[in-house]
Amino acid sequence: MTSANVDPAAAPLTAASAGGSASGRRHAGLTRRLVPYGYLSPTMLLLTVLMVVPIVMVIGYSFRDNVIVNKNPVFAGLVNYAKVLTDADFLAALQNTAVFISVSTAAHLVLGLTFAMMLNTKLLGGITKAVFRIVYILPWLFTIAVIAVIWRLLLDPAGVVNYVLQTLGLIQDGVSWLGEPGTALWAVTFANIWSGYPFFMISLLAALQGISADLYEAAAVDGTNWLQRFVHVTLPQLRPVIISMAVLDLIWTSQQFALIWMMTGGGPLNSTEMLSTYTYKQAFSEYEFATASAAAVIVLLLTAALAFFYVRQQREQ
Amino acid sequence: MTGMAKTRIKTRHTLAKAGVITGLVIGGLFAGLPIVWMLSTSFKSNGDVFQNPPNLITDTFSLDAYLEILGNGEQLRFFLNSYIVAFAVTILTLLVALLAGYAFSRFRFPFQRTINAVIVSVQVVPPITLVVPYFGLVVALGLYNTYPGLILTHMVFTLPYAIIMITAYLNTLPRELDESVKIDGGTSWTALWRVLVPISVPGLIAVGVYTFMISWNEYLFALTLTRTNDMRTVPIGIQLLMGQHSYEWNQMMAMSILGSIPVLLLFLLFQRRFIGGLTAGAVKA
Repeated sequence: MTSANVDPAAAPLTAASAGGSASGRRHAGLTRRLVPYGYLSPTMLLLTVLMVVPIVMVIGYSFRDNVIVNKNPVFAGLVNYAKVLTDADFLAALQNTAVFISVSTAAHLVLGLTFAMMLNTKLLGGITKAVFRIVYILPWLFTIAVIAVIWRLLLDPAGVVNYVLQTLGLIQDGVSWLGEPGTALWAVTFANIWSGYPFFMISLLAALQGISADLYEAAAVDGTNWLQRFVHVTLPQLRPVIISMAVLDLIWTSQQFALIWMMTGGGPLNSTEMLSTYTYKQAFSEYEFATASAAAVIVLLLTAALAFFYVRQQREQ
Repeated sequence: MTGMAKTRIKTRHTLAKAGVITGLVIGGLFAGLPIVWMLSTSFKSNGDVFQNPPNLITDTFSLDAYLEILGNGEQLRFFLNSYIVAFAVTILTLLVALLAGYAFSRFRFPFQRTINAVIVSVQVVPPITLVVPYFGLVVALGLYNTYPGLILTHMVFTLPYAIIMITAYLNTLPRELDESVKIDGGTSWTALWRVLVPISVPGLIAVGVYTFMISWNEYLFALTLTRTNDMRTVPIGIQLLMGQHSYEWNQMMAMSILGSIPVLLLFLLFQRRFIGGLTAGAVKA
């Protein structure tokens, strides 16, 4: 499942102990067995404090009335969950997140695969391809805060995107892409597509280079054309990588906060509200830490469902 | 083969080549133009940013926006904070992950698979789920608005990846290396530091670069766990430029470029190694 799983054939070093009295040997054996935990102790300490404790805390918060603000919060049962799940803003956020992550992931896949295949061509020289590869990876190297300001600049009503579209005659007047409920979600999705495809591209390029040339030669001997080779050789070979990348991308994109927060803040009129921005606002704008915690737990459960699918998929391979 | 068939194949080859080049150029424009526009805007005066028709280079071409950022103590402080936090996160992550990776690579012990599964699954826990309890925790520990608060919380995202990558790297090194140290009477500790670490430098660099990038780019925790501008990092600094008076687009773009330089440089320097490690981790993680 993971690269951290080492092959079981490797000899355990713990068996190497020898000599000394019976009790001394037992003592040495115990110490020896504790050695790996010693190496792991900083990691376990950090992950306990930074992962286990916070998750227990947030679950605890979600069942109480207003925590953090209230000094002595009392048990409130499922009140917070009922409040969140019946909140129209939350449901809008859920729907927006679904659109945002599915469109982003689909576009990342299509662009990533197209670019990876163009970069994998035998028709061009190595240097040309290397230059294009760097250009294609560039969007991924900028932090999300930078991506957000670039696209706010480009999509400004007086910005260069509107100028180009007007010059081409595609629109009449300048569109306020981020200011209108009808276009804002598509605008942030577009910015996210632009910033996220390179990761797919890099992984798919590596996978493409791993496909044996024999498969293509055999297909060519059978007289297949380019499209047939793509459908019958390339896609089946890439399938495992595509599926795992897609699930990971759905998970990562659902966690996107900075881009939305800096481009639209969830507006206008909730049109770009995501589960992440909704949770953040509940906590740090409304100071409703208990409902924020309930929303945070729901987000965690949704992610766990996706992760479960991912792990099962990895096992099948 | 007849001459005509040869010409036909040659023509088809040229056509295919032209098609690929056209596709690559269109894709390259899609990827590169927004960045070119950012660069161009950073050299304009703020009044020329939305000039109609737009120009890549205007009469007001200057480095003023950069000088403005670099001459402003508050902005420089954002950079200093980002460097302090990212370097500390990188060093601590490498140290902690090296020990953990060593345990996973060279020892067999009970609960190994379980602990490993926990570390892998930590990677998908949403930051937004953690931010509410972190806020409570960091305030309770007296780490609100401090470097350690940011450094510790960043490590929760850098550690799992680093452990997975380092374990994979150590697994590629032959066991005979550390066995020979033990035959000479050394412990597993000396084997790690005398033998494995020196030859793992390339792998550690790749992990370090990735760690630095994650920390340098982190936004949510930097936003919620700091309060005053003297503790904030570059991504928040960029956002603050957006909020203030009117929009200083040229300064925002100059700050964005200055803030991107460390990551761009690291990537270009270690490109090959980095992509190799990344794809190995992404596909297997």
